[in-house]
This record gives sequence, C-alpha cells and structure tokens, in this order.
Amino acid sequence: MATLTEVNPATLSNEEILRYSRHLIMPEVTLEGQKKLKAARVLCVGTGGLGSPLALYLTAAGVGTLGLVDFDVVDYTNLQRQVLHYTSDVGRLKLDSAIDKLTAINPFVEIKRFDTYLSSQNVLEIIGGFDIIADGTDNFATRYLVNDACVLSRKPNVYASIFRFEGQASIFATEAGPCYRCLYPEPPPPGLVPSCAEGGVLGVLPGLLGVIQATEVIKLILGAGEPLIGRLLLVDALAMRFRELRVRKNPECPVCGANPSVKELIDYNQFCGIRGEESEPGPSAKIPEIQPEELKRRLDANEDIFVLDVREPHEYQIVNIKGHLIPLGDLPTRVHELDSSHEIVVHCKSGMRSAKAVDFLRQSGFKRATNLTGGILAWADRIDRSLPKY
Amino acid sequence: MSIKVLIPTPLRPYAGKQSVIEVTAQTVGEALSDVVAKHPDLRKHLFSEDGKLRSFVNVYLNDEDIRYLNKDATPVKETDTVTIVPSVAGGR
Repeated sequence: MATLTEVNPATLSNEEILRYSRHLIMPEVTLEGQKKLKAARVLCVGTGGLGSPLALYLTAAGVGTLGLVDFDVVDYTNLQRQVLHYTSDVGRLKLDSAIDKLTAINPFVEIKRFDTYLSSQNVLEIIGGFDIIADGTDNFATRYLVNDACVLSRKPNVYASIFRFEGQASIFATEAGPCYRCLYPEPPPPGLVPSCAEGGVLGVLPGLLGVIQATEVIKLILGAGEPLIGRLLLVDALAMRFRELRVRKNPECPVCGANPSVKELIDYNQFCGIRGEESEPGPSAKIPEIQPEELKRRLDANEDIFVLDVREPHEYQIVNIKGHLIPLGDLPTRVHELDSSHEIVVHCKSGMRSAKAVDFLRQSGFKRATNLTGGILAWADRIDRSLPKY
Repeated sequence: MSIKVLIPTPLRPYAGKQSVIEVTAQTVGEALSDVVAKHPDLRKHLFSEDGKLRSFVNVYLNDEDIRYLNKDATPVKETDTVTIVPSVAGGR
C-alpha cells in the first residue's frame, strides 16, 4: 500500500494505466474519466447482498476512495447471495471479510471502514467525507435516515432494494431530482411489508440490482449517459422484465420540498415503528406462549396437545416437527379443520407468524391456542439439535 | 373498460398469488376498488382505515404516478396498465 499514497490522485501510475486500459480506450471514460473515478469518494452503506456487487465492481473500476459501513458478522445464510463473503468468513466481521477481498482485487483503492450502525448521531459526519452514497441496507429506518441525510448534505443517493425476485432502483437526492420521500413519504407500519429474512430473496437478485447501482455510481462520477434520476427501475427477474416509472420531485416533500418540515435528522426507529427492520415486531404481550422445553415435556407425557404449523409447505419440506400444516394465509378458510376444545400449540419459523395465528385463533374462539416461543428454530436449538435450521 | 392491474410480489399472497388482475373500470379508483372487491385481503395493504391510499404504496397509470394525474379519478382506457408499487426495504 505504501506506493499508493505516493501517487498523486490526479495522475495514474503506469501500473494503473495498464489495469484500467479497457476503460481508457473507451470514449465515454478515457484518461480524464479514469482520473475522475480515482478522485471519487463513494460510501457503500452495507456490505451484504447489494453491497457485495457494488463494492466489488466499484473497487475493480478504480473508484479511489471507498467507504464501507457495516456492523454485522457473516453467517451461513448470507453466503447464498453475499458474494464478498466466503464460507471461511462465517463468524468474521463483514468489514474484515470485505476489505480482504477488495484489497486483493485492487490495492489502488483506499478503503475507509465504519464498523458502526448508521444513526442520526453519526450519519452526517460519515457521509460528509464522500461524494456519492450507495444505499444497500435492509430496513426502512436506515433507508429514510440515508435519504434525509443525503438531502440535507446535498449528496446523491444511489438506491436499490430487493424482495424475492423483484427489485427497485433509482437515484435520489440530486440537486434537481426527487428524493426517496418524494416517492414514499412514509414507511409502512412494521410487519405489514415482509422482509427478505421472512420472504426470502433469489440469490442473484441483489447481484443484478447491486450491479445496476454500481453502474449508476460510475455514470454519476463520469457525468456520462442518462442517470437513473427521476426514474424508478422495476426489475422482475422471474419474468425478466425491466420497467421504468417516472418519479417526480414532490413540491410538498417534507424533506426536499419548497417548505420542508424535516430540517434536521429525526429518530428513524421511532418514525418506522421502533423496529422497522428485517424482522417483524415481537408478538404483543397478550399472546400466550409456551416454551419449547415445556411443550417437549408435555408431549413426552402424552398430553393431548395439537401442534399446528402455520408455515408454508416448502418450509415444512425443509424441516418439521410433524405439526398439522395450515399456512397462515389459509388459516381463515381452513379453521374448521381445528377443534376449539383442544389445546393447540402453534408454531412457525421463529414465532412471528404463529403469534398472528394465535391472535386470530383466540379471536375466533380457540381459547386454548398458545404460541411456541421462538418457533421451530428454538426447537432445533433447544430440543432436537439434529434438525436443520434455515 | 377492461384494464390490467399489476400486483407486485409482496402483495401477491393477498391476491390469490396472481401477478395480473383484469378489472373493468372507468377510473383508477374504480380499478383498485374492483381489485379489492375480488381480493378483500388486499384492502388493508392498499388502504388505511379511512379509505385513503397508504403512503407507502404508489399507484401508477402506465409510467405516471396518479398523484400527479387526477389521483383516483384519473380516467383509464383500454390497453392501460395500473401498477401498484409498494416500498420495499430489503438489501441484504
């Protein structure tokens, strides 16, 4: 790395000229463009599904300064899509894992690490050191935080989000363009929109969308082509259809409108309902629960307990504890399969959907329905460790 | 007027798993009412309790946001497509 700091950022060494030669011979980039890339400072928020391809391609392309924000640790369920991280990285900080790979790809890139959870307290200071922000986070609170911080700091926010096999991408918070709040003034209440952890995501989809983000970042730096400003790109990977919708700058936008009501950062966890994150909020206190150990003890004692599994059939195939399967969505129409005189223990994967099911059942007269705490994941952890977790 | 309403992935479980619903309507508002009448589970995902379109759900007529057209009253014509675009946060 020592040789790198000696190179003036406005010039390219012979080694760099060779490395970027396929850029340099393109009329849309040239030596001038490559110097712009080298002088550019881009912040990737998150080094997961979207952050992986983003950081990989921005690094390869020769973006001079790349900031990475993440506080998370690599786990096995990340490996299906977060291609920055390898099996041997499980348990390591994503930042450590990411920096290893990125410096191996391109040692000419200066990487700045932010091992922190982005918040109203630190975001302005962090993004202050960058020209372009690329949002690859996974929850509404951080989405709104990044948007508002970008508007207040006048930095473009290159945006993408994903669900199952569909994605959205756009560029927000440019001088003349709309911001995320122009498109979506408010977040959904927690629990109403399913997350990737709950709904799943096709492994290549963040690859597709993250590469679109990287493309837009590079175009912004070069000042080339037509940036995705004022346009929302919808990607349906299953149909392999790309559509484009117009996003207008809302004159009444609370952040970037003519008379903004949001002039400084707010409490985004509160704005998004405490935990507008990957998982849903905890079940309300009134939903009675049973611990896995107690269920196990009572089943072993041959007590008459009906176990109801409210997951989807494809989840049941992965692992089950022989419960009666009625997916949560079908429960209202199939409730007649249940006997209200029975004690019913309901479970799902982690206890969220089953809490809803218990709430519904109790309102429907099944007064002896209880929720298995922690779902089948807790059962696999605490009762039968031979079961797979997903 | 028979038009298509495109249902995004997150809402398909509440729309009989369909990605496209054909409805008969003169306006965007009628199209959405028809969709909700066919699939009542969708209602709470699209409308708040006072019947207003939720602020994290956008509705487009072709490629234009109906907030910048005539909102619910925007007339539709044959071959038009109404797209429901909810906010999605996933990224990891």
